[in-house]
This record gives sequence, structure tokens and C-alpha cells, in this order.
Amino acid sequence: MTAVEVEGLRKSYGEVVAVDGVDFTVARGEAFGFLGPNGAGKSTTIKILCTLASADAGTARVAGFDVRTQRDDVRRHIGLVFQDTTLDGYLTAEQNLRFHAELYGMPRQSVQPRMRQVLEMVGLWERRGSKVLTFSGGMKRRLEIARGLMHSPRVLFLDEPTVGLDPQTRNSIWEYIAQLREQEDITIFLTTHYMDEAEHCDRIAIMDVGKLVALDTPAALKASVGHDRVTIRTADDDLAAQALPDAVRTADGIVISTEDGASYLPRLFATLDVPILSVSVRRPSLDDVFLAYTGRTIRDSEQAAGMPAFISAMVRR
Amino acid sequence: MTIVAAVSVPQRGIALDVRAVKIVIQRDLIRTVQDRTRFVAALVQPLLFLFVLGAGLSSLTQGSTGALDLQQFMFPGILATSTLFTAVFSAMSIVWDREFGFLREMLVAPVRRSSIIVGKALAGATVATVQGTLVLVLAPVVDVPLNATLALTLLGEVFLLSFTMTAFALAIVARITQVQTVMGLMQVLILPLSFLSGALYPLSNLPGWLSVVTRLNPLTYAVHPVRAAVFEHLSMSPEVRQRLNPPITWGGWIVPTSVQLLLVAGIGAALLAVAVVQFQKVE
Repeated sequence: MTAVEVEGLRKSYGEVVAVDGVDFTVARGEAFGFLGPNGAGKSTTIKILCTLASADAGTARVAGFDVRTQRDDVRRHIGLVFQDTTLDGYLTAEQNLRFHAELYGMPRQSVQPRMRQVLEMVGLWERRGSKVLTFSGGMKRRLEIARGLMHSPRVLFLDEPTVGLDPQTRNSIWEYIAQLREQEDITIFLTTHYMDEAEHCDRIAIMDVGKLVALDTPAALKASVGHDRVTIRTADDDLAAQALPDAVRTADGIVISTEDGASYLPRLFATLDVPILSVSVRRPSLDDVFLAYTGRTIRDSEQAAGMPAFISAMVRR
Repeated sequence: MTIVAAVSVPQRGIALDVRAVKIVIQRDLIRTVQDRTRFVAALVQPLLFLFVLGAGLSSLTQGSTGALDLQQFMFPGILATSTLFTAVFSAMSIVWDREFGFLREMLVAPVRRSSIIVGKALAGATVATVQGTLVLVLAPVVDVPLNATLALTLLGEVFLLSFTMTAFALAIVARITQVQTVMGLMQVLILPLSFLSGALYPLSNLPGWLSVVTRLNPLTYAVHPVRAAVFEHLSMSPEVRQRLNPPITWGGWIVPTSVQLLLVAGIGAALLAVAVVQFQKVE
């Protein structure tokens, strides 16, 4: 069974085409990352998959159910964690989870054990009796993840799960996600615009102005854009450059482009007679990938998209 | 490595929607009990009306109320208006929920949206009835003799009145996204509605236009049965009774209390249907 199947999805808001013919599938058990700048169409796509918006054209199936015709079946089988908090601050953590359990019609006898399990997983079991408004931003996000898991969804949607959190909390959120994949039969679908976080995914789809521009494993995407860059400094760069026909001399030292930097280094050390002062290997990052596929860095795209996004936010109000 | 058995979510059915309604009510009750400020504020208003306004104005009105004390006259009206405010305030919480994001948690759940609205309407009616009970405690203080029958009758009528008022407010706020808008709107709607309902003055000898408007105001038919029930337990001359609690008439026909209550229930149901339709359109 595939967890998510999308074919020819389209959605416009007035003149603005948010999603422009998108096709992809996500396998069961996969961690699938949706990467792109703000305004690329990520959030609209995720909204359609979660039955919160309807597509103008195309089909989408989630956990085997059609998002258009089997809305409630889709909802029953997905968990949602939004960017903005959707907790009731005046209720305790436990009361928030109970509310969720009732709305999703969980069997009564499974509510208590499941609550303990998900709260322990995110390290909030001890705080279950505290009101949510006393929680930090990171704790709230963890509680939202726990709540999204309460009804044992088949697909967990995380919209920018780590945005606005400190690095330590971000790391622990990724640890929960890794643990989750080990313990449960669950597919993770997340959006992010942090390049380093996309590496946690099995596969990444890069979205730009409503279209998918690339879809593959992080390693394959990086491999597709080029080689590792090995930069060395030696006691005598002239001599070293003569010994390395492919090398380019730069201000930083000698730069060699090679397919696999890690296996190249031992060979380099064996062939070079000149003493080496320093070595650095830089693998292509997802930033390089994004640049290669869209012609812009993700930061440039965000700045360019910033204005229209701001205006459309105003219009929606 | 532990494999967690999948917890199956039961299929949709009336049982699931009933659970949704119940949890929506339960949440509102928990929040009301916890919110002491709101609790105190809800009690201060009837106290002010009854003991400050009522006591102050009674020197002006002595004689015109016959053997009746002004506070006795005002008690049913104050019971009705104070619970009305609580009911409307309760419905407005849906706009707060939207602003603070919690509404989304309800909107994405696999339940009918009508369950959420029905839950909210019943929650508003319940909270207002609890407040009505507290106002009833003041009855002996202003010499309104209270027995079990009267108390139950009044609470039943208060529940119906506040259910209809919550439904009315829900129909209006279902699609409003900003708390500020709703605060202003409710001020503009609620005060005229309660002033034109005869809650604070008798419906006899009114200027022509006012007697027409009060008959058109649905709230009149919710307030009148409350006063009628209290007046049954007060002794006064027929002339005073006629002047202070005249029956509502439609072209000479005296509208019985049962018809008034049915009318209020019918309007409540219709407004609830409007609220559900409005709420379906929310994205």
C-alpha cells in the first residue's frame, strides 16, 4: 500500500497558481520531506492532503482513501501538527489529549495507556497535569506531536515541525521522529525550509513556484549536482599542483573536484610527496541542490516571495 | 524494539457525534469553573442591577409598583438578562478559539461540524443555567418566595432562553475571525435586544412604536414566562398585576405561556440551523 498518492494536483487562489500539476507517491513507512521556500506551494499541497482545502484538479489518496470523496476516512487515519499551536492553553496537557481522544472516537479503554505512551515518548508525562499556557514553545510543539499520535494515525503530517525552536529542541524533535518510525507503522510527511533538516528524510521533493523540480533521496540529489570539493594546503602548493593534474589553485588552497572525497583522501596522501598542512572535504549540501534545480538559493527565494506572501496573508484576512 | 498494536478508530456513527458534543460541553464547563474572574464578573452584574439600581430607583418608583417592591419586580428580568449575557459570552468563545488556533483542532477532526455547534449551544445554555442558579439564591433576599416548583420552572425557562441566545450568537459569530469585531457587534446587538424585551420595565402603557417593537423581539417571549412564573408566587391586587405583568397579546389574542415557550424553542432551533450552515462554510 502506498501512504500518499498524488496525481496532477492543481490549486489556484484567484490569479495565483499555488500548486501547478504535482505528481508523486510516498511509500508506507517512509519519511518524506517537502522542501521549498515560503510560497512554493508546500502548505497548499499539505492542506489538500489533509482535506483542509480542495484541489481544482487532480486526485490525491492518503492511507488508501480519496481526499475528496472519503474525507472523514482520511481524517481518521492522519495526524496533524501545524506550524501554529492549536492547543487550548487553559486546559492541562492531559485534558487536551482527552479532548482529542473523544473527538476521534478512540475506544475508551485504550485512551489512558495510549496517552501515557505518547506523553512519555515526548517527555511530558510528568507535566500532564500542568496547564498548557505554562509550557515553553518547545514543550507545546512536543505536546502537539503527542496529540497528533494519540489516535495512532497511519500518516503523520508535520508542517514545519521545528520552526521557531532552539537547536536543542529541534534535535530532540528529530529524535522523537526517528524513534516513532522504529516503534510504529507510520509514514511521516513533513515540510521544511531548513536544508539541514531535510537530510533526516528518506526522500525529498523540492517544490518551487507550484511545481516539483526534483524528487529523490538526499544522497542521490546531492550526487546529481556534482562532486565533493577537496581543498588542501601544503608546504609547497606549486609542487603539489604539478603532481595533481586536475587541481585548481585558488586563494583558499588547491581545490580538487572528486566524486567521493572520503575515498579520494587516502589516495591523495599516498601520491603526494609534499607535506600537507590542512585538508577539508566539502560535500554538496542540499543548498547546492536547491541552487542547481531552481537557480536560486532558498534564502533568495524567500526574500523574493516575501512580499506576495505578505500581501496574500492580508487579503485572506 | 517494540511494535505498537494499531489502535483502530471506530467508524462514524451517532455515538461518535454524541461523544463530540459531550466533550465540547465538558471543555466549556472546565474552563468556566477555572475562570474565577469571569465567575465573579458574572455575579457582580445581577448584584449591581438588583441592589444598586433596584434600591436606588425604588425611591422614584414608590407608589407606582403598588404593594410590590421594585426589587421584587426587577428580579425575574435580572435573572433573564444576566443569564442572557453569559450565554452570548459563551458563544463568543468560538472566536477566541479561532484566534488562538484551537478551533482548528476541532475543524480537522472526523466529526460533523454540526456536533461542534450543538455542543457549543448546549454548553452556553448549561453555563448560563448554572449562573441562573446562583442568581436564584438571591431570591429570598429580595422577598421573592422560592419553592422547588418555582425554582425548577425558572431554571427550565432560563435554559431554553440561554440556549436560544447562544444559538443566536453562534449564528452571528460563526464566520467572524476577530475578537475585536465580535466584542463591538455584541454590544450593539445585546443591549437593544434586552432593553426592548421588557426585562427591565412592564409592557403596559408603552408608546405605540415601543409596544410594536417589543412584540417583534423574540427575547420578549423568553422573558415574559420568567416574570409570569415569579408573579404567580407574589401576592398583589389584580390591578397592579395587570399593570406590572400584562399578558402579551397578538391583535387581542392573549398568547399563552406554552406558545411563547414553543416560539422561543422554535426560534432557537432555526438559529442553530443557521449557525451550522454558517459554520460549514468555515475553512
